[in-house]
Amino acid sequence: MAVEQAIQETKLVADEAVRVVDDAVANLGASADQLIAILQQVQRTMGYLPRAALRRIAEALDMPFMQVFQVATFYKAFSLEPRGRRVISVCTGTACHVRQSPLILEALERKLGIEVGQTTDDGEFTLLKVGCLGACALGPVIDVNGAVFGQMTVAKAEKLPDQLLKEDHRGTQK
Amino acid sequence: MEPRNEATMQVLTNVADLDALRASLTGPQDDRPVVALCAGTGCRASGCMKVAEQFEKDLDDMGLTDKVRVVHTGCHGFCEQGPLVVFRLGKDQAVADADGNEHTNVFYPHVKPTRVRKLIEATIEQRHTVDQWLYREPKHNESVVAEQDIPFYKHQHRLVFDLNGQIDPTDIHDYIAKGGYQALAKVLGEQDPEGVIDQVTKSGLRGRGGGGFPTGKKWAECRSAPGSLKYVMCNADEGDPGAFMDRSVLEGNPHQVIEGMIIGSFAIDAHEGYIYVRDEYPLAVLHATIALEQAEKLGLLGDHILGSGHSFRIKVVRGGGAFVCGESTALMASLEGKMGEPRAKYVHTAREGLWGQPSNLNNVETWANIPLIINQGWEAFADLGTEGSKGTKIFSLVGKVQSTGLVEIPMGMSLREIVEDIGGGVATGTVKAVQTGGPSGGCIPEPLLDMPVDFDELTRVGSMMGSGGLIVMDRTTCMVDVARYFVEFLKGESCGKCVPCRSGLGLMHEILERICHGEGKLEDLDTLEEVGQWMSKTSLCALGTSAPNPVLSTLKYFRNEYEAHITEHRCPAGVCQALITYRVVAENCTGCGLCVRVCPTQALKGAPKEVPTLDPDTCIRCGACMEACRFDAIVRE
Repeated sequence: MAVEQAIQETKLVADEAVRVVDDAVANLGASADQLIAILQQVQRTMGYLPRAALRRIAEALDMPFMQVFQVATFYKAFSLEPRGRRVISVCTGTACHVRQSPLILEALERKLGIEVGQTTDDGEFTLLKVGCLGACALGPVIDVNGAVFGQMTVAKAEKLPDQLLKEDHRGTQK
Repeated sequence: MEPRNEATMQVLTNVADLDALRASLTGPQDDRPVVALCAGTGCRASGCMKVAEQFEKDLDDMGLTDKVRVVHTGCHGFCEQGPLVVFRLGKDQAVADADGNEHTNVFYPHVKPTRVRKLIEATIEQRHTVDQWLYREPKHNESVVAEQDIPFYKHQHRLVFDLNGQIDPTDIHDYIAKGGYQALAKVLGEQDPEGVIDQVTKSGLRGRGGGGFPTGKKWAECRSAPGSLKYVMCNADEGDPGAFMDRSVLEGNPHQVIEGMIIGSFAIDAHEGYIYVRDEYPLAVLHATIALEQAEKLGLLGDHILGSGHSFRIKVVRGGGAFVCGESTALMASLEGKMGEPRAKYVHTAREGLWGQPSNLNNVETWANIPLIINQGWEAFADLGTEGSKGTKIFSLVGKVQSTGLVEIPMGMSLREIVEDIGGGVATGTVKAVQTGGPSGGCIPEPLLDMPVDFDELTRVGSMMGSGGLIVMDRTTCMVDVARYFVEFLKGESCGKCVPCRSGLGLMHEILERICHGEGKLEDLDTLEEVGQWMSKTSLCALGTSAPNPVLSTLKYFRNEYEAHITEHRCPAGVCQALITYRVVAENCTGCGLCVRVCPTQALKGAPKEVPTLDPDTCIRCGACMEACRFDAIVRE
């Protein structure tokens, strides 16, 4: 039963991936220079790049699967695994580094019980580190799904996950 | 997003149309007070969009919506003080400060939504400043009213960045009203391509992306390269950690970059262009896209621009998050939809670049300089700066300095002036070093800070201009840790294609990790130098050849810090976690218990009103206690 269910789920993901890829290709054009843009749109819509999506892109752009796979694994913006609902990116740019961002990162690892690059079991959080968010004057900074939190401290970082969950909860009550 | 006046979005078929449009936008009808609200990434992070909403609401409530013009501008540069609001007033709208002096420019930092109503009432209705919310400069703790009197702005020389705090980047009319596309009209109407290249060459403009290659020379080579299909590209893949000026220019004034590119395409005879923007910069992507759409609507991009024989189109391409893509050949590989791996440059990009065609790639800031050179003349541009470096350069002044943000200075200003006069120095007293050039640059020690900022001078001391990150370090910055940090960063970003870069960085990282853990040996330092020299000589691209700079420059100027880690197992700056301990200073402790509450591992124990004890075995050295303590009762040593 579990196996059948898993097969069913994989099929659903694959169907969705094909739909998302076809949309992206229709939108952006089936040319090689749009490969990264197409991958980005799929990543944005689905939260990651399922294998079925990569296969569909290779077909649509008429390029070897290998080339799509190479690009998908070369760039940091892409993930081949599903990510959490909230992606917490800790900026580790130089300006943030000299203002103690490694301690912020450690605090989040400790709080979430995961290491950089991992996702919590409940699928709520993925923790990443990024080179530089370009908000250096506010360092150390953290980005959560596009929202930037500046002048972080270890104490603020420890509270952040709970705060995010609570805000979300409030949001859904409205 | 639509510009404020849709009716004036008709195709401009010649230069006279552009002049007429500008005249219609700059007429005397709009002399309303202006509220320039910074809506750059930095201020957005500080909540400026809520302030913007509040302005809209309060102005509406007060019946002033039509009487005040609110402009959401790009980055003003003083991000740390955000959200920033600047009132720009006419002479008859001037406001009085506490001493009765009149001002037509009032700067408010850290504006909160709750302050908005009072700011409007005071400025627009009662015509005075709100003194308690003015900027206070930290050195003398005196309040400053006008933007241009704030030390951070006063010592700058803003040319490229001039319009950033004034115009709405999502409205092409704002740029045109301030003289935008005038340089393009001049070039298309009166000049020939060779003449344009000649002016750029004579201006002495060098590439602002870091390499410092003369722009005119690059253009001339691309123009003369055989082939009818040529490309012009803008490098907005600003990957250097600690630098964000390209982001701010593209976000805050995209048309100036686009205008520069159109002029460049005319000079080179290219008809297709790309702006390659870093993935981490969504707002820059958005603003560049909006700007391109509007420029196309007005016929400033497309076929027969302004009725001339020149046609040119630009596409925005978003990067995938790879530092190496800032390298020109890697960037082109990425544009072609491939992995961003560099190639050897025995054939110049100008001859065989994108899709194997002659191509020209310049950085955002370089492109933004072009309209200025055409408008003001190359002589004016060449008058600024030093013998070998002309014009201005934007730096992101960050790190341990008091006033952080983006600063534009004439080439040749000394590092000390930048750090002390503009940045207000460091809070802890003295600067230890300044790091320039990002991961490809080096650390310049305090005694050398009087050197002028110039491409060649920076290279001479073992650093480089790079894209303009300027990170200030003080006594609490460990130079070994900084070197380790850059090597770790580059190790992760090395594309792995060539052996010296891939293996060299791995080896350096391993050694530096060991030293930071107090397990280094003195001969490691020789190995680091040797590996570094080999990498500089033999790596394929600039990422690899410049990668040893942070290590070699810190070894040269701060060898004693390396030695302290190795022989004394001590980190003088108190950064390397394996070598530090925290201690409670009983004399300073008030027993407030805050540190006990924040300690995540209960290493600190103590009853209220008592000096807590710290168990070194359970302490994970996270620093939370020191950060929380308000009485300097926790020290790191």
